[in-house]
Amino acid sequence: MATQIPTTTGAASTRKQRAMSGTGGRTAALFLTPFFAVFALAMVAPVIYSIVLSFFAQQKSGLGFGEAKTSFVGLENYFQVLQSESFVGGIGRLAMYCALYIPCMVGGALAFALLLDAAVARARKLFQLLVFLPHAVPGVIAALIWAYLYTPGVSPIVSVLESGGIELNFLDNQMILPSIVNIAVWEWTGYNVIVLFTALQAVPREILEAARVDGAGEIRAALSIKLPLILPALSVIMLFTVIGTLQLFTEPSIISKATASVTSTWVPNMWAYDAAFNRHNLNQAAAASIIIALMAAVLSWAVTRFSSRMNKA
Amino acid sequence: MSTSTLSRPRASTPAGPPKRRRAARNGGFASSFTVNALLILGCAYMVLPVVWLFFASTKNTADLYGTAAYAFGEPAFFDNIAAVLNQDGGVFLRWMANSMFYAAFGAVFGGLISVMAGYAFDKFQFRGKDSFFGIVLVGVLIPNTATVLPMYLLASVFGITNTIWAILIPVLCNPFGVYLARVYSAAYVPAETLEAARVDGAGPIRSFFSLGLPMMMPGYITIALFQFVGVWNNFMLPLVMLQDQQLLPVSVGISIWQGYSIPQPEFTPMVITGSLLSIVPLLVAFIMLQRFWKSGLTAGSVK
Repeated sequence: MATQIPTTTGAASTRKQRAMSGTGGRTAALFLTPFFAVFALAMVAPVIYSIVLSFFAQQKSGLGFGEAKTSFVGLENYFQVLQSESFVGGIGRLAMYCALYIPCMVGGALAFALLLDAAVARARKLFQLLVFLPHAVPGVIAALIWAYLYTPGVSPIVSVLESGGIELNFLDNQMILPSIVNIAVWEWTGYNVIVLFTALQAVPREILEAARVDGAGEIRAALSIKLPLILPALSVIMLFTVIGTLQLFTEPSIISKATASVTSTWVPNMWAYDAAFNRHNLNQAAAASIIIALMAAVLSWAVTRFSSRMNKA
Repeated sequence: MSTSTLSRPRASTPAGPPKRRRAARNGGFASSFTVNALLILGCAYMVLPVVWLFFASTKNTADLYGTAAYAFGEPAFFDNIAAVLNQDGGVFLRWMANSMFYAAFGAVFGGLISVMAGYAFDKFQFRGKDSFFGIVLVGVLIPNTATVLPMYLLASVFGITNTIWAILIPVLCNPFGVYLARVYSAAYVPAETLEAARVDGAGPIRSFFSLGLPMMMPGYITIALFQFVGVWNNFMLPLVMLQDQQLLPVSVGISIWQGYSIPQPEFTPMVITGSLLSIVPLLVAFIMLQRFWKSGLTAGSVK
């Protein structure tokens, strides 16, 4: 890794480089090598190996007796994954999850941050701490808590609804998606409230004071002054939220033990896990992982493009 | 229920900066009431599930299904804790210790690696800097779970699955930490200070450890804190990599107990009490280190 970083001695030195002489490539390499070594081991090499693996398949000869043979099959694994009904269905469920989760979470976080930044809000420190609390709860535990809160007999929510005459099964086929969205909203809203609130605190007070003198009310100031000024923070949140939704694995895997509505291949990540550990088809699992990574790359590129255009406008 | 848990500590905290409160005079009682009521409602949604976990952990299996959710049954809290700690020869404590070790290792060493890289990207000039930083950003954008199975596939080639190395190497890699560290380095470490150190004859390594790193300490702690939480919360990586019960972190361990509790309901109080015990260390860390995660986020968003 170190050899890939050329020293600046051969380069035409700019004025900036002359000012920082002695802090050139060789020292930079020293500081960067640990990170890029780990990065190569934990990200680059696994992805490259998976790409290689995804072009091969284990084939049993004849009647399935004897040694399995490994042979090059080109893009066959990719076709199989993309033709699998459960994988494509998983992508569909993930898309619906995004469509529900992103507006709920980002909208909720924005509303809460604006309320917290309103001049009349009290006890800001305590509210921030409380709203951040779910982020200190691991995803597994969050999913477990909510799984119990959805289970009739244990859940206070279900019994309150029942006494109000409402029969609602949070774990049936219709409700399972909103139920899982709710877990994610609970886990992530508070974190993003803090990010947005700190951005709001950086809005110059003179601007808000001027708006107030001009007669703008609290709500008007929030929507037409504060909101446009925190758009950069909002677009960063959008980017990380979109990447985050593709990670969906923990919550549905935990919930899948409590209900049959969540199958073992419910989202693409679960499909890949199932391919590797239940169907023992490592080549297909590799192909599925590469497809998921590619989807993430395309999506985050799209979000970055979209938000940079929004910020310019 | 929510108001009694919320209002008690509220009285002891100062209510916002005084300058902003004075500006509230044109808000009136109605809007002040609405704003704070909505805030309390939002916080209740965040807090009540954790409060439920606490109440549920005080009950035995029969009371869990038989009594009101936010009420105490036969006191079984300490019985539950004893059951959690004694199950399978005290494997729960082993899981907690594993989680602590993996998360602390990732926080301290992964954090340091990220800080060094971010500092280099900010303070040093070298050819290909933009391309290398581009690689870091690509790393930020690739979701964690997409690389877990590839890591498993590669790790099984080297035969390190089901060993601690399968966890310890991946937790050192934190591209987002590098990005944050670059921001912190630009904010906290003035170039003039380093220039002065250079004139005084300090080499770049010496000036990093005696000047740069101490100045970036709040940033380092923030990056380490977030890495700690990330590793502690990670579920898919240890689930895929580890089979040996003695190596599992607490997240995977409790999910195994949850699997047992479906056919055997007497495991349910242990799942609930174990969950409560497993979040205590993080809650304490968050409350104690409030200053750091908040100042860290502030520095990040102002830039």
